[in-house]
Amino acid sequence: MTVTAWTFVLVGLSFALYIGVAVWSRAHSTSEFYVAGTGVSPLANGMATAADWMSAASFISMAGIISFSGYDGSVYLMGWTGGYVLLALLLAPYLRKFGAYTVPDFVGDRYYSQTARIVAVVCAIFVSFTYVSGQMRGVGIVFSRFLQVDINTGIVIGMGIVFFYAVLGGMKGITYTQVAQYCVLIFAYLVPAIFLSILITGNPIPQLGFGGVDQETGTFLLDRLNGLNAELGFTAYTSGVKSTIDVFFITAALMVGTAGLPHVIIRFYTVPRVKDARISVGWALVFIALLYTAAPAVAVFARANLLNTVSEQPYAEMPEWFSTWEDTGLITFDDRNGDGIIQYVGPEAQTATGVPIENELTIDRDIMVLANPEIANLPNWVIGLVAAGGLAAALSTAAGLLLVISAAVSHDLLKRAFKPDITERGELIAARVAAGFAVVVAGALGIRNFGFVAEVVAFAFGLAAASFFPAIIMGIFSKRMNREGAILGMITGITFTAGYIVYFKFINPAANTAENWWFGVSPEGIGAVGMLLNFAVAITVARFTPAPPPEIGRMVERIRVPKGAGEAHEISG
Amino acid sequence: MAHNPDRPAVSSENYWRRNLTYVGILLVIWFGISYGAGILFVEPLNRIRLPGTGFPLGFWFAQQGSIYVFVVLIFVYVYLMNRLDREFGVSEEDE
Repeated sequence: MTVTAWTFVLVGLSFALYIGVAVWSRAHSTSEFYVAGTGVSPLANGMATAADWMSAASFISMAGIISFSGYDGSVYLMGWTGGYVLLALLLAPYLRKFGAYTVPDFVGDRYYSQTARIVAVVCAIFVSFTYVSGQMRGVGIVFSRFLQVDINTGIVIGMGIVFFYAVLGGMKGITYTQVAQYCVLIFAYLVPAIFLSILITGNPIPQLGFGGVDQETGTFLLDRLNGLNAELGFTAYTSGVKSTIDVFFITAALMVGTAGLPHVIIRFYTVPRVKDARISVGWALVFIALLYTAAPAVAVFARANLLNTVSEQPYAEMPEWFSTWEDTGLITFDDRNGDGIIQYVGPEAQTATGVPIENELTIDRDIMVLANPEIANLPNWVIGLVAAGGLAAALSTAAGLLLVISAAVSHDLLKRAFKPDITERGELIAARVAAGFAVVVAGALGIRNFGFVAEVVAFAFGLAAASFFPAIIMGIFSKRMNREGAILGMITGITFTAGYIVYFKFINPAANTAENWWFGVSPEGIGAVGMLLNFAVAITVARFTPAPPPEIGRMVERIRVPKGAGEAHEISG
Repeated sequence: MAHNPDRPAVSSENYWRRNLTYVGILLVIWFGISYGAGILFVEPLNRIRLPGTGFPLGFWFAQQGSIYVFVVLIFVYVYLMNRLDREFGVSEEDE
């Protein structure tokens, strides 16, 4: 069977599975729609969280970026896993104890203020739409390459599927669909990784294989790659070009952002008990780590294979995958010296006599994971599987984000702020209409192209880090933090971060170089600075404004204990 | 039921303090492994190799080791807190 046939079969089967699961587990009440009736087992929730949160950026984009940037790619590996430690230790158990439906619910009640609630709603919608637009490009890439349909048609098909199960199933439908999607995506990621590891190093475990010996040359694979990179004028693979301070801040922004992303946080509202919320974060990270520890191995294998296949080879002899990707415009070859041979070199490349060599090949980093099985000549079904996995990753995250947007409108704005007398039935209809509307907007954003998937997603993390994280942390760990501090902190954090990103990415992209960055921090890492600003503003403002009312202090005490003291207060209060 | 609703003030303060101690210690390790070994001290560590492999140590911490340590930290915290909940009678076990 051809690659296209396999892709149609595997993508079709996986889509049928998601729809079947969605019909079986559709939501009947608002509680089921928002938090799956709080009846999800910690293990299933861990798996759903892993799929919810591992997006097209993790599946399609990340290993490619690491492959091209070596050590610098570590920011994504550490940043997108380290945040789970913060979630488990600082957030998830307390938010579960609080027992709300959404993040603005917590912010609004803890800071006894509709303004705080609405600021949180705006932040949630802003963060979620930024994130969704990154997913849609991933969906578009997969469809255009593997199903030979137009990118826009691909996005419309993808949105149709998400519409069906997010609108129908709510959180309950999404949770069980995400469990299925996790299984599809992890299988699709690990199968080619294991194949490649055996082919290149003879070791079936990719996590060990990339530290092993290259079977062809008998040297350590990483040493060989460092050698090749040096020869071609690239930086050594195991050291980076980013400054230490930038690596530090990007990692921090991604970690804190993970802990502040509303679609991740609400997953821990769905388990029955506080202790389930804690262990559920642990399971989520185990499932994520399976992919995240394999990704750097995939990156190394991809790099070695790519250099072997293209460097100094005649253009006319390139394999079929090369020209298919050229058709999508994601690989371009420009034979500058007209010798018909591909010079793929870094900025410092020169000949033995010191004449600089021009680079002739441009490869979009987002295609590496998808192209990898073809570059290594793996069987056709593996290639189809990778396409199905990429779609699973993108769709599961899109669904989680759409739910946040829909709940923000129907629950936080309608039910809690503007129309408290709305019936449960009315709220459920509003939630579904809002989800449908959000699908359409997300599709429209996807049709416009906002750049590399992982970078767009990194901005969403920065925005979450600068807005929600400090407000939630201080809401739990400080009884003194009041509404004035929290509101001004959130507004400062998100305005500063969004302003910095918009300036360097959209208004003045030419100035986006290390000399112009504040303290040498790139737009990707600025969320960590925004977070510090948020804390500083909040703490300063809170000092000079009245303390919160006493019942807030009792509420915080209740949140801090899984049971017991909290109930005693509830009875007496 | 072990838990006594009349004495919460002092005991819940102790409970919270113990929790903060656990969180503090675990976060120090969290920071040391990722920002320390993986970022700030990556270059000196890269001069050492993980024995028997091609991994420079700092690079390994940044791309593998830190992730394994994160997983362990969460499960250690779960274990410590479940024990603490039982000790203070605030576990949800008997609900």
